[in-house]
Amino acid sequence: MPFLLLLLIALSVDSTAQQRFPMPEFESGYQHPEVSAPEPRSLALEYIDVLVLLAFLSVTSWLVIRKRSRKWILGLVVAALLYFGFWRNGCICPIGSVQNMALSFSDPGYAVSYTVIAFFMLPLLFSLGFGRVFCGTACPLGAIQDLVIIRPVKVPARVSKSLGMFPFVYLALAVLYASTGTGFVICRYDPFIGIFRMGAEFHLIVLGIAFLLAGMFVARPYCRFVCPYGALLKVTSMFSKHHISITPSQCIECKLCSDSCPFGAIDRPVPERAISEMKGKTGHFMLYAAVIPLLMMAGGWALSSSHIFLSRAHPDVYLAHLLIDNPGVMDDTENLDVQTFLGSDRTMESLVHDAEAIQAAFLRGSWITGAFIGLVAGLFLVSQSIIRRRTGYHPNRGDCLSCGRCLKYCPVQK
Amino acid sequence: MERKKTKNRREFIRSSMRFGMVLALGGAGGLAFRHSAGDKWVWQVDPFKCSWCGRCATHCVLSPSAVKCMHAYDLCGYCDLCGGYLIPGHSARSTAAENQLCPTAAIERKFIEEPYYQYTINEDLCIGCAKCVEGCSAFGNGSLHLQVNHEICVNCNECAIARSCPSDAVKRVRGSAPYLMKGDFSRDQT
Ligand code: SF4
Ligand code: SF4
Ligand code: SF4
Ligand code: SF4
Repeated sequence: MPFLLLLLIALSVDSTAQQRFPMPEFESGYQHPEVSAPEPRSLALEYIDVLVLLAFLSVTSWLVIRKRSRKWILGLVVAALLYFGFWRNGCICPIGSVQNMALSFSDPGYAVSYTVIAFFMLPLLFSLGFGRVFCGTACPLGAIQDLVIIRPVKVPARVSKSLGMFPFVYLALAVLYASTGTGFVICRYDPFIGIFRMGAEFHLIVLGIAFLLAGMFVARPYCRFVCPYGALLKVTSMFSKHHISITPSQCIECKLCSDSCPFGAIDRPVPERAISEMKGKTGHFMLYAAVIPLLMMAGGWALSSSHIFLSRAHPDVYLAHLLIDNPGVMDDTENLDVQTFLGSDRTMESLVHDAEAIQAAFLRGSWITGAFIGLVAGLFLVSQSIIRRRTGYHPNRGDCLSCGRCLKYCPVQK
Repeated sequence: MERKKTKNRREFIRSSMRFGMVLALGGAGGLAFRHSAGDKWVWQVDPFKCSWCGRCATHCVLSPSAVKCMHAYDLCGYCDLCGGYLIPGHSARSTAAENQLCPTAAIERKFIEEPYYQYTINEDLCIGCAKCVEGCSAFGNGSLHLQVNHEICVNCNECAIARSCPSDAVKRVRGSAPYLMKGDFSRDQT
């Protein structure tokens, strides 16, 4: 009964203005309390994070190139895990920042913060100078995996090289999803963030634990076969100015270090003899190079023909499809998304219009993404067809994570 | 001699590539910088878009959720019969738990003067379920509303609630103005 009355009052109130029940005039001189609205983590602390990252990268560069000490590197790994992982709860990290950058290029309303730009740029610049020193210590995802390596098994080179393609595909798709405003997939499927925050959705925790368990035997699986930022670091590191070297002076090919890398990142010497033997088999260099444009076209075509499917990850597109394909859901009172849409003042036309715009963006983006994947596949083939003469044992510049484990195996003195 | 030449050539390719990449990186960074802000982004609930669906309580990566009910006192009617406090069909207008809408009894009801009561949210208990918000918006002034409490929120790069909110009510706002508090009733009309 009281509610009925209330409802009547509510309905009779002129809807153009005013509260239904204006704030009373208190006789007792009552003052309402302040609503507490605590400030977010301050900007100054964010800039300190950037400085800490810079310090980590500089010190690591010095450690791997001059000091050559695994012990110190290990210390930094633990420090990075505590600071960037558990204390800062993982966000924002350079891996995720790729998406913020992509979104800022596509969405004029989203201006990235200086912190994000710094987090994106610094590890790549250091990689061009000194190799993947970010992976070596500062990355909290790398750090947590690095600490659980107990009995690394050897992954056959062919398998690890092929799996190593996935980060490029992941990177391309993540940029596509970020720039279309669909979401940040890298963050959504970050397997370790739940561990850093000590709480997450169940499937994320399971994923994180699975990665750590696998990581006891397949060293740093996320870094090698998943990490999309690692793909960028790999490419930059391949052309780095300086890089960690196993031997302090000249490799005498004693082979002592040959199995010391848990990530299989040490290139063996390739003598002249092996090259002449392989000549007949791998002379496809020109052929592969010529095929790259074709692969790019094929990749673009393949991905763009599935752009409708890809775009369904966007909530608007998903909802529009759902309502059109299956109008029966409108009666489903359990479906919150549908009921909220029906209860809102958004019309079906505007939803479909928005969904179509998003699909158009996906069509454009998937051509570029597909072509990029084709390019990577082509370059991979080309690189497989080149064999060069190599002397000595050296870290592969693309794959080496600058962990410093191999250093102590080298018997050569300075 | 031959070998040395190859080596030089390789070194040349390497440094040109490196130079190209530094340029590319600088370009990307510069482009982003031109369009950047000396501010950070945080997540916030737009109370005028929120439809009280309840996902704020269940979808936050933290539990209990970083989203809390906040009370815009200057909008409140201080009603005895509070749509946000009392469960529909309540047996008595009292503070007994079974009469309360809030599942965690996070709302404190305090007598001010006849016939007015003040309602305060205990944020330690609130789980952000929006039940009271719905009640208050349906039967009252809508002074109870949800906000992300930035002391608790870990500021995920992608807020898990933003991605599942059916009303698209959770959005990025500047860190210098981190709240979208109700309090100016006229905003509702604009
Ligand atoms: S530093 Fe040595 S052990 Fe570590 S990843 Fe590089 S090659 Fe492997
Ligand atoms: S998820 Fe959105 S609609 Fe649901 S309670 Fe939270 S802000 Fe409101
Ligand atoms: S940003 Fe993360 S912690 Fe904050 S409200 Fe969203 S899900 Fe919760
Ligand atoms: S009803 Fe829900 S949102 Fe309102 S105070 Fe209680 S827990 Fe918080």
